[in-house]
Amino acid sequence: MADVALRKVVKRYDDVEAVRGIDLDIADHEFIVLVGPSGCGKSTTLRMIAGLEDISDGDIMIGGDVVNDVPPKDRDIAMVFQNYALYPHMTVAENMSFGLRLKHYPKAEIKARVTEAARLLDITDLIDRKPKQLSGGQRQRVAMGRAIVRNPKVFLFDEPLSNLDAKLRVQMRIEIKKVHQKVRTTTVYVTHDQVEAMTLADRVVVMNKGRIEQIGTPNELYHKPATRFVAGFIGSPAMNFIPCRLEDVGSTLQIRLTDRIAFPLPPARAARYNALPRTDKLLLGLRPEHLTESHAHLESGVETFDTVLDVTEPMGMETLVYFGLDGTPVCGRVNPNAGAKDGAPMRLAMDLNNMHLLNEETGVVL
Amino acid sequence: MSTLAIDKAGPSRKIKYGSMSRDRAWALRWSYFFLVLFAIFFLTPPIYMLITSLKSSAEISAATNPWWVFHPTLSNYVELLTSNQFLRFFWNSSIVSLAVVLVTMLISVPAAFALARMKFWGSTTLATGVFLTYLIPDSLLFIPLFKMLALVQDYTGITLLNRWYVLLFIYPTLTVPFCTWIMIGYFASIPKELDEAALIDGASWLQTLTRIFIPVALPGLIAATIFAFTVSWAQFLYPLVFTTSVDQLVLPVGITTTLIKGDVFNWGQIMTGALLGAAPPLIIYAFLMDYYIAGLTAGATKG
Amino acid sequence: MADVVVEQGQAVRAARARKPASLRNVLGRKSTVAFFLTLPLILLIALLVLYPAVYSVHLATLNKSMQKFVGFGNFLFLFKRDTFWMVVKQSCIFAVTAVFFKALIGFIVAHFVHNIPAKGQRKWRGMLLVPWVIPPAMSTLAWLWLFDPSYSAFNYTLSFFGIGPINWLGDNVWARFSVILVNIWYGAPFFMIMYLAALKSVPDQLYEAAAIDGANWWQKIWYVTLPMMRNIIAITALFSLIVTFANFDIVRILTSGGPLDQTHIFATWAFKVGIEGSDIPLGASVSLFMVPILAVAAIFILRDVSKRGNEA
Repeated sequence: MADVALRKVVKRYDDVEAVRGIDLDIADHEFIVLVGPSGCGKSTTLRMIAGLEDISDGDIMIGGDVVNDVPPKDRDIAMVFQNYALYPHMTVAENMSFGLRLKHYPKAEIKARVTEAARLLDITDLIDRKPKQLSGGQRQRVAMGRAIVRNPKVFLFDEPLSNLDAKLRVQMRIEIKKVHQKVRTTTVYVTHDQVEAMTLADRVVVMNKGRIEQIGTPNELYHKPATRFVAGFIGSPAMNFIPCRLEDVGSTLQIRLTDRIAFPLPPARAARYNALPRTDKLLLGLRPEHLTESHAHLESGVETFDTVLDVTEPMGMETLVYFGLDGTPVCGRVNPNAGAKDGAPMRLAMDLNNMHLLNEETGVVL
Repeated sequence: MSTLAIDKAGPSRKIKYGSMSRDRAWALRWSYFFLVLFAIFFLTPPIYMLITSLKSSAEISAATNPWWVFHPTLSNYVELLTSNQFLRFFWNSSIVSLAVVLVTMLISVPAAFALARMKFWGSTTLATGVFLTYLIPDSLLFIPLFKMLALVQDYTGITLLNRWYVLLFIYPTLTVPFCTWIMIGYFASIPKELDEAALIDGASWLQTLTRIFIPVALPGLIAATIFAFTVSWAQFLYPLVFTTSVDQLVLPVGITTTLIKGDVFNWGQIMTGALLGAAPPLIIYAFLMDYYIAGLTAGATKG
Repeated sequence: MADVVVEQGQAVRAARARKPASLRNVLGRKSTVAFFLTLPLILLIALLVLYPAVYSVHLATLNKSMQKFVGFGNFLFLFKRDTFWMVVKQSCIFAVTAVFFKALIGFIVAHFVHNIPAKGQRKWRGMLLVPWVIPPAMSTLAWLWLFDPSYSAFNYTLSFFGIGPINWLGDNVWARFSVILVNIWYGAPFFMIMYLAALKSVPDQLYEAAAIDGANWWQKIWYVTLPMMRNIIAITALFSLIVTFANFDIVRILTSGGPLDQTHIFATWAFKVGIEGSDIPLGASVSLFMVPILAVAAIFILRDVSKRGNEA
């Protein structure tokens, strides 16, 4: 087991830069998730750590050694692929032990490790089957088993759950977390699914267009996103971005959303945003759960306004409501008993204590 | 327009459905009728081979109904299968075909692996070149090859012409390009992650080929093997040109040249020989039809 | 477990210490490995295909005893001979007619096989491919016997309808018909199998959509099947054109070019002139005349095959 470090890592394909200078320190035992939309460079980064792609510039270190020119087999890593990449002609046991057999480990040692890994993953009964006879979830386990028996310094996962159906994905997610808690191997995990990222990671690395947007714990990313990209990418339904500007009305600072709607900012927020130039184009970032139905006992900083709903989506435990503010589509989450109906007027409450203010041009959260 | 359509579809739906299944039944009957006709056309020569092979020379020259055997006899088979000459042809054909299969696989499988998986300078050009080579027919090369073999013989003293083993060098020019081409297709269809997994597991390129690719692409390998064997077995022009002594001949040439003695045609024996000569590919086909067909269609569908 | 990790660490370090053994390094490089894997293939193609191809051009410029350079002499000699022009004509008629009917019959038969219930298809397909499986030299012998002047089974059968006897291989028109017929018989199953594979790859939804749009069976073939199969039809036909054009076995065994050289095609005539007549340069010149047609067909095939590759 070991720590992993990336120093100004660049990957160029001909004249396209897929990864544009990444710095990342992964501590021993840590579970890191690289997340981002397709084409953001997350898989390329993982493959460079694995040694499946050459790096164009920079350094990659595993356990303190620079491994730039070390072939994959000597990096002491294990990888789980999206399509599992199980050898179709080998049984589960043979799949798991292939790497060890190539390295001429003693037979007893191989058997012990395979048995142990199979027990850990609850696939002891499947050990003599071929991959074709296994379900998606079982193949996934075997792929993980193949990684575990090698007892490597680092586990690499490349979107391992995206070929599974929704229910199984949730189940395997928990499974992966359990396994990591047991073996404690440093793990780098790539996914495009922000829920997977949030639930699995010690720290999440959000990537976009070949760069790292933000690194942080799941809660940090959710509550303190650094950029518009992170704010919009993490959380579902996504955060609303409503064009707005700041106004001084007497001594209070107020935020104006439309000609009709403007609210005074809560004191803590007012102090934080007071220094901003009033002319800047700004965006109000507000998660749907901070846009709820209005009721009698509102906290301070929660302001109400009337609107007409376009569409409502009952989800059971809540109802999502969609409406427009000067043409900007906005989503809120209301109590299913609040009486939200398609096309009906409704009074909503906006919790400005949890608001974010973004610079529209730079996308930076202020 | 729309009302018209509704008129038509509405009340007559049931009738329409009935007529459709009746149409289908007729289409099916016609299909079978024509299939039987074509099957007769396609199977007449081999069946006629079988019929004639069971006749004695006397019955053949008596010019009775050619489509029927009145006095079936296995004398033709007995005679050929005890004739040293015919067994020699069979033996030569077997050795040549099996050895060519081996040579072909040893050349084309590693090459296909390199061309499918290891992008290197000129690999695309080489793959295209392999395909083009496959399109060069034997009838274009037999004359220069004949002369080349004669020259080699003159300069080195190694006798190549009129020796069956020269075919071991020549036949691969017919089998290797196509086998390489279809193996490239089969190898390319193996997911890239599989060799990456092997790479991470610590396999070298050769280990990836022998322990992952060959087992996984086994159906393709079988198809290629069948192709190489049938092509070698059926080849006629090269052995006709390069071998002349009776003890060096392979089956197709042996049967056409030795069983026809001057103008005397011993048709019972010729047909028996032809049937025995057709037997190995037919038997392989009967047991491995799916692989045979896969190999046949692979050239155009996998490229 | 822990000591194993240490062992591994040592192994890695040891491997790194050995690194200066650069020969090992070079041998392990991807391009080096690839080179050695393809070397036999390259040698085979270069020595036994490319070299003879070029050599045959050289041979074509020599005189009969191969002592003297005669330039285009052999070609000019050929241009003056009627037999040569007859061979050119017959080769083209032979190849074009045979390929056309092979394609047509193959298409029709493939359709009928595709039409019948799926569980019977395997059996029929297996039966109908038999002509392609039998070595052509062997099956042509059966045809030779079917066409036999005195014992022809065909003439025996036709006599019941009051037709014949037909001199299948002795009359020059019938002889040309016969060699083409045998070639069609041999090659049609190949087309059938290719078209069947193509038919199977047309998604059923397209036919269902066409049926809903009101297409009849002919319109379905014209607007759905043919466009979907266009590429495979082209590749198969061009490929068959090459093989048929270069055919040797069938004509050689059936007629040996006779009667009066009427059925000779390039390959058989080149054999007769070059090997039997011991005029190697002239034989080489004859076979070289196949190159232009083969080259054109090859270029089109290559285009279609790479197009398929791009679609996939």
